Amino acid sequence: MSIKIIRGYPEYMRESIEVVEKTREKRLKESFPFMNLKEREEILKNFHPDYKKETKRPVKIGPNKDDLMPNEVADLLEAHPLMKPEDVDLSKVDFDVDILIIGGGGAGMTAALWANYTGAEAEDILIVQKLRLGDSNSIMSQGGVQAADKPNDSPTLHYLDVMGGGHFTNDANLARRLVLDGPMIIKWHEELGVMYDREPDGTMITIHGGGTCRKRMHSARDYTGLEIVRNLKDEILNRDIPILEFTSAVELLTDEYGQVAGAVLYNMETQEYHIARAKSTVLTTGGFGRLHIQEFPTTNHYGATADGVVLAYRVGAKLRDMDAVQYHPTGVAYPEQIVGLLVTEKVRGLGAQPVNRNGEQFVNPREPRDVESAALIRECYERGNYIETPTGMKGVWLDSPLIDMLHGEGTIAKELPAMLRQYKRFDIDMTKDPVLVFPTLHFQNGGLVINENAETTVAGLFAAGEVTGGTHGKNRLMGNSILDYSVFGRIAGITAAKHARKAKTGKLTLEHVTRYEKMLEEAGIKTSRKSPILLPEYRGEKVLSHALDIL
Amino acid sequence: MVENKPESKEKVRIYVMGREYKVPAGLTITKAMEYAGYRFIRGSGCRGGFCGACATVYRLSNDYKLRMALACQKTVEDGMYIAQIPFTPAEKPLYNLNEIGPSANVFLEYYPEIAKCVCCNTCTKACPQDLEVMDYVQAALRGDFEEAARLSFDCIACGLCAMRCPTEIVPYNIALLARRIYGRYVMPRARHVEDRIKEIESGKFEEEIQKLMQASSASLKEIYAKREIEPE
Repeated sequence: MSIKIIRGYPEYMRESIEVVEKTREKRLKESFPFMNLKEREEILKNFHPDYKKETKRPVKIGPNKDDLMPNEVADLLEAHPLMKPEDVDLSKVDFDVDILIIGGGGAGMTAALWANYTGAEAEDILIVQKLRLGDSNSIMSQGGVQAADKPNDSPTLHYLDVMGGGHFTNDANLARRLVLDGPMIIKWHEELGVMYDREPDGTMITIHGGGTCRKRMHSARDYTGLEIVRNLKDEILNRDIPILEFTSAVELLTDEYGQVAGAVLYNMETQEYHIARAKSTVLTTGGFGRLHIQEFPTTNHYGATADGVVLAYRVGAKLRDMDAVQYHPTGVAYPEQIVGLLVTEKVRGLGAQPVNRNGEQFVNPREPRDVESAALIRECYERGNYIETPTGMKGVWLDSPLIDMLHGEGTIAKELPAMLRQYKRFDIDMTKDPVLVFPTLHFQNGGLVINENAETTVAGLFAAGEVTGGTHGKNRLMGNSILDYSVFGRIAGITAAKHARKAKTGKLTLEHVTRYEKMLEEAGIKTSRKSPILLPEYRGEKVLSHALDIL
Repeated sequence: MVENKPESKEKVRIYVMGREYKVPAGLTITKAMEYAGYRFIRGSGCRGGFCGACATVYRLSNDYKLRMALACQKTVEDGMYIAQIPFTPAEKPLYNLNEIGPSANVFLEYYPEIAKCVCCNTCTKACPQDLEVMDYVQAALRGDFEEAARLSFDCIACGLCAMRCPTEIVPYNIALLARRIYGRYVMPRARHVEDRIKEIESGKFEEEIQKLMQASSASLKEIYAKREIEPE
């Protein structure tokens, strides 16, 4: 069977595109009303994947015993350690440093730089990174970074948006820190050479994101994350901060005083273990997209396997909001090759509307992410107004040609080159045709409990970025993740450097691993599972796209 | 669950470093190699066309041409010969951005080989992002930071241009230096960012934020619901 493809789309999908074209002029002038708080609650309860009870279970052991978590996360926490304490010799220290940073994405690199700025010598820092330096969700972030630096805006308004977006479940102290440090981070980026989009007089070009009351989204075309990360990376190299690439941390180390004191490292290529002793250990390992929670496809990079959460839980660090999974409303639903990849929220920020098969709007394009996702799922699965792809995936249109109609021809090419390129590779021209989308697994809203100083609940262990929870409560808004890793990465680096100056590390142990094994046994958990998993398993048919069956 | 039936799908033959595999048609090179049983450690990063980890050289059957692509963005074709280039041993000189400025000499100082460019355009042909690589190298050589930054902005540093250059230029690192200098020294600065930082440092917003932090849940929700939304 072969399907006739016309300008990137199967013939039958073209029929629906024609309907969308017919309503476009009219829709251009229409704005779909925002939901009130009650309507938000209602749609989330009925249609957001997080609210499906059977996909979660209470964790049986550890500091968050009895908390509900997605099965995929609970599976990792209720699993045996990857290595046995007797596999390594703790008396032989391979790397003896002041600050060990586990994870070399945006948060880790920011932490390393600020530790160095505030007095830690480069050679006393060590970044370990599972893939290459900078390989992370940070580099894939497209749409932008929020910061309340315009005259009509204020950190107070930003705070309100952060709290409302998180349904008022956020840690208020962290949210406060996030918004107050925003403008300072933008300035630091400017000094690093980050090419934010600006007017000729230097004024930042800012737009709305879902759930924002002011236009405060700063971007660098739709390569914002790439632009920031490559500057950070170059700065790490210029400052000669030591990096171990293709090295995972497979277990944290503690000492006789119960503090975290480094990690057992694993060379992914030679499969050797190494011991790293550190006075301060910073976890910046990112999130869990590659666990494919509820079988969703994901926008996340190859290494997003929740390693940090697993490691920290074994030493007794407290987690929060691990039940809150962010599904980005607009993942690619077609073509099959790139299912699940991100269609940046900037596309909606610039005016593209989600539209059903009949060419009708059904939700405002700028609701908070979870609400927007729930509306897309409702449209497809309850109301049946979906377009089905040749492989059986359901989706709705995101009417991208509206952007050039609203802002002038060439806007997409200038503002969204990555998106344009992504579709062109598969013969789809998003300036002329809409693109087919469906929610995709995007972000770990919860994570390690931290305070304003980026300290976890365990001494000697600091954390920043997606591995942490609280800042965004149950739902993060667009543009607050770059800000999050920048603000708390910076703080983690400063705090870790300060801590290292006075900390004393005792005798290294892996007793917590033995204790954890005992907890597993006492809880009657019988399993052959091991964690952290380090990389997802895609060999053979597992690689065929994670198909969806939502309701 | 939607059924994926790979066996009902058409298969294509690919050759991974010369070894033959049959994989379902329509997969990207990355996914096809995984289907064939490879587990990436190197050669896979963001899997979305942003990180440049999966630079790949391939050749089609009955064609002498070597073609370049990102494995995560390229669909396999029948008879494709594939080799990944997951690392480029290119030079990256160290510099202190605070001590260098927008002078054309900066490229000759850190990347003197730039002067050897013979304008063969091989770099441009190698670019999986379809950038005008040779043009930005030439712009850098002329000291045109704006042009070099603009033309190279979408570069993902996959390294293929450097591997193809007959005069051993490292275009993507030159581009990075051009953009950093342009962003730092040439682009106009945002005054309003400075102004807001001063306001924050003076404690201007402390009280109003504290008030929100102490507000009851009901009144915070009310303030939120009533906040004015800036029009499009």
